[in-house]
Amino acid sequence: MIGALAVLLAFQLVGEIAIRWSGVPVPGPVIGMLLLFLTLHWRKSLPAPLRTTAETLLSHLSLLFIPAGVGIVRYGALLAEEWLAVTVALVLSTLITVAVTALVMQTVIRWRRGAPHDG
Amino acid sequence: MDRIFIDIWVYLAASPLLWLTLTLAVYLAGQWLFRRSGGRAIFNPVALAIALLVLLLLLTGTPYSTYFTGAQFIHFLLGPATVALAVPLYLHWERVRQLALPILAGLLVGSLTAILSAIGIAELLGGSPRTLLSLAPKSVTTPVAMGIAEKIGGLPSLTAVLVILTGVIGAVAAPALLDWLRIRDNAVKGLAIGVAAHGIGTARALQISSLAGAFAGLAIGLNALLTALLVPLIVRLLHLMP
Repeated sequence: MIGALAVLLAFQLVGEIAIRWSGVPVPGPVIGMLLLFLTLHWRKSLPAPLRTTAETLLSHLSLLFIPAGVGIVRYGALLAEEWLAVTVALVLSTLITVAVTALVMQTVIRWRRGAPHDG
Repeated sequence: MDRIFIDIWVYLAASPLLWLTLTLAVYLAGQWLFRRSGGRAIFNPVALAIALLVLLLLLTGTPYSTYFTGAQFIHFLLGPATVALAVPLYLHWERVRQLALPILAGLLVGSLTAILSAIGIAELLGGSPRTLLSLAPKSVTTPVAMGIAEKIGGLPSLTAVLVILTGVIGAVAAPALLDWLRIRDNAVKGLAIGVAAHGIGTARALQISSLAGAFAGLAIGLNALLTALLVPLIVRLLHLMP
């Protein structure tokens, strides 16, 4: 488990270095995810401890957002200024985005399934 | 006797241990309540935990910085957890490869919808230019959203809050909305939640299934890249820059 944690941290570290070096506008951990994926794909195997550690960590992913979320406490005044516009925009925009993304993806899947020469 | 309680509270209030323990306890309580309620969306563990901790900080007059000295140990794990999203992606790669075209179509339209609908609705309701610019990158993961807001003249700290709220809204409402739309494919569900509601949505998608989680995780990365490209372009086209 410690070995697997070290692997995850090492990939995050490489990701952080890579974005500082290249200036790509993406967080280091996202690059780390990409590099770990490429490594697994190239090795064509997933060590069992890495799988267990990753799945344990991800099963509690929502916990990890709580500290940042509590940061809202500092911005009550900012949100209060235009609370109506902000609240309605956030709720509607988020729901519309979920619906539109799902419907477009679903439509393309069906359209390809229906096409005569499905690749 | 009171003296002892005051001494203990003075120690606890400033110690990382109290707030770290409370964060875990409140999360576990939220999960328990979520399960007891039969998985009702309104009892979302993250939303409950955030609300309860905010209330505690306000009631005890504890500054966020004190809270964070304890909570940072949990916060730090976000990095390795993001890297860990490579594992479900690897396990479901065959499915991702087959769906490359639908994924790209959903991503492109979804990303545009997220940006334009947020700007448009806030504009209609009289939002200030600063608010519109801070809202534009709301659907991508926090560090990227803050970077974009800074670049276009929004308020990065406001953006950070809007991003978290977006995630919570998506996590609470998306599963029910997708059921209502009769979307049954977990790949589609995962991508839609990931595009609209980044990591907090992904945490919810992982509870639906590992496949949904893989697609949501993929969406976080792709949408971060795409939004970083699209937002500055849209802002310039709409003449929103101050």
